Amino acid sequence: MAKQLWKGNEALAEAAVRAGLVAYFGYPITPQTELLEYLSGRMVRLGRAFLQAESELAAINMVYGAACTGVRTMTSSSSPGISLMQEGLSYMAASEVPVVLVDIMRGGPGLGNIQPSQADYFQVTKTSGHGDFRPLVLAPATVQEAVDLVYEAFDLAEQYRTIVIVVADGNIGQMMEPAEMPPMREINGDRPHWALVGADGRDHRIITSLELGAERLEALNLRLQRKIARVKREQVRWKEDKTDDAEILVVAFGTMGRISTTAAEMAWEKGIRAGVFRPISLFPFPAARLEELSQRVKRILVVEMNAGQMLEDVKLAVGKDYPVEFYGRMGGIVPLPDDVLEAVERVHTEL
Amino acid sequence: MQRSVVFSGFGGQGALFAGQVLTYAAMDAGHHVTWIPSYGPEMRGGVARCTVIVSDDEIGSPVVRHPDVAVVFNNPSMEKFQRELRSGGKLIVNSSMVNVPVERDDITAILVPGNQVAAEMGDVRMTNMVLLGAMLAAEPLVELEAAEQALRDHLPERKQHLVEPNIVVLRRGFRNGTQEQNR
Repeated sequence: MAKQLWKGNEALAEAAVRAGLVAYFGYPITPQTELLEYLSGRMVRLGRAFLQAESELAAINMVYGAACTGVRTMTSSSSPGISLMQEGLSYMAASEVPVVLVDIMRGGPGLGNIQPSQADYFQVTKTSGHGDFRPLVLAPATVQEAVDLVYEAFDLAEQYRTIVIVVADGNIGQMMEPAEMPPMREINGDRPHWALVGADGRDHRIITSLELGAERLEALNLRLQRKIARVKREQVRWKEDKTDDAEILVVAFGTMGRISTTAAEMAWEKGIRAGVFRPISLFPFPAARLEELSQRVKRILVVEMNAGQMLEDVKLAVGKDYPVEFYGRMGGIVPLPDDVLEAVERVHTEL
Repeated sequence: MQRSVVFSGFGGQGALFAGQVLTYAAMDAGHHVTWIPSYGPEMRGGVARCTVIVSDDEIGSPVVRHPDVAVVFNNPSMEKFQRELRSGGKLIVNSSMVNVPVERDDITAILVPGNQVAAEMGDVRMTNMVLLGAMLAAEPLVELEAAEQALRDHLPERKQHLVEPNIVVLRRGFRNGTQEQNR
């Protein structure tokens, strides 16, 4: 299929449809609303379930219900809406049901504003709800990558029976880029062995997040931890650009990753050897490769649209003695390539 | 080669759509493209602006500090992009609405009375196509025919009746732009 011009939010929606999305529940919030709006027509025309809930809290619990029946289901929101969904996410993690969540981040904290931001890094990678669980978190930098990742996210969610979060800033939701859509997947009606589909002629199944016995709850936690360890082994993803002879390594994800790529090109023109390391899986964080690269470069510069959240994972990866610099903007301000270049130059003068 | 073009005006003037037509045409011609709006809590009459990047290679940043070309539909846009345009860049000015004078001498300014031309040709709402035509004359990122084809191919069914009038206006804008440039 040829490339077509897609708005990020609508591309994410269409890719989810093609991945076999059976039921979508959501609530509008800028800069994510086009995703929901697109599905409101597309899902209904396909005879699938679309429901605009009365709140994010309702939407996430509807998703929980649908996920228990073993169908492909998702919701999407933007930062404050994700905060409202945290209880449901924690319940789903404990229930081990597969679910896909899209977060199109905006400026915060609080109601904040609707401009692009990356300030949900902590929230999606570390604090998506109470208790010991970690969603698999994927961060696209282009519309095509957003399409590919959300399409795959449903497989990953089922493979690990986990929450998969596709996280992007408002830029990626709002911008248009050519993208090729993956093929439409058949929905064949098969359900996983654990799904609640009616206990006619067999014993009933129970999906719950409540476990009153301490030993049994610890056993669940140990199982979740084994699952997280498996995800950490199997799902680490990143992209590198000009890292071979770099002296400065810029580490940035999503939109800041691609803006840093342009800044790195500008740096090379000025004789500064800058490479870019872009984590695609934010959890699991590509720590091992970053540690390896840190041995080859002289300095690391982390660039984010937040106060330095991924920065902590970078520091954990390279150790406390390694020189890691940071440049970030907040409140919905998107650094331009020359802003990042300036930060690179500043680091370069200290070499 | 990589070029950045900003289309900027009030909401409702069609700046975002003009940018989309360029984006579609460039994509269909095989270029890498990005289209990114500056979006905010705006309503009709607020700022409407988009940045289009057309490139032979994969595009890194979809946003720029100093665009190569700016198409300005109104005074606030003129003030901003006369300042921000890169040296040697091209400024396409909707002279029907802009009375801020051109002050920089290191840029090429093309003045086209977009509203007036569009109104004369039947509908002031086609101002954006006058200006897009003039822009393509000044900076031929895609052939005029490619922009025409983009209108035919990418306008939805319910708007197909608008394609031909818009193409006529687009061509007129292109001629205006060419004449202005040769003056």
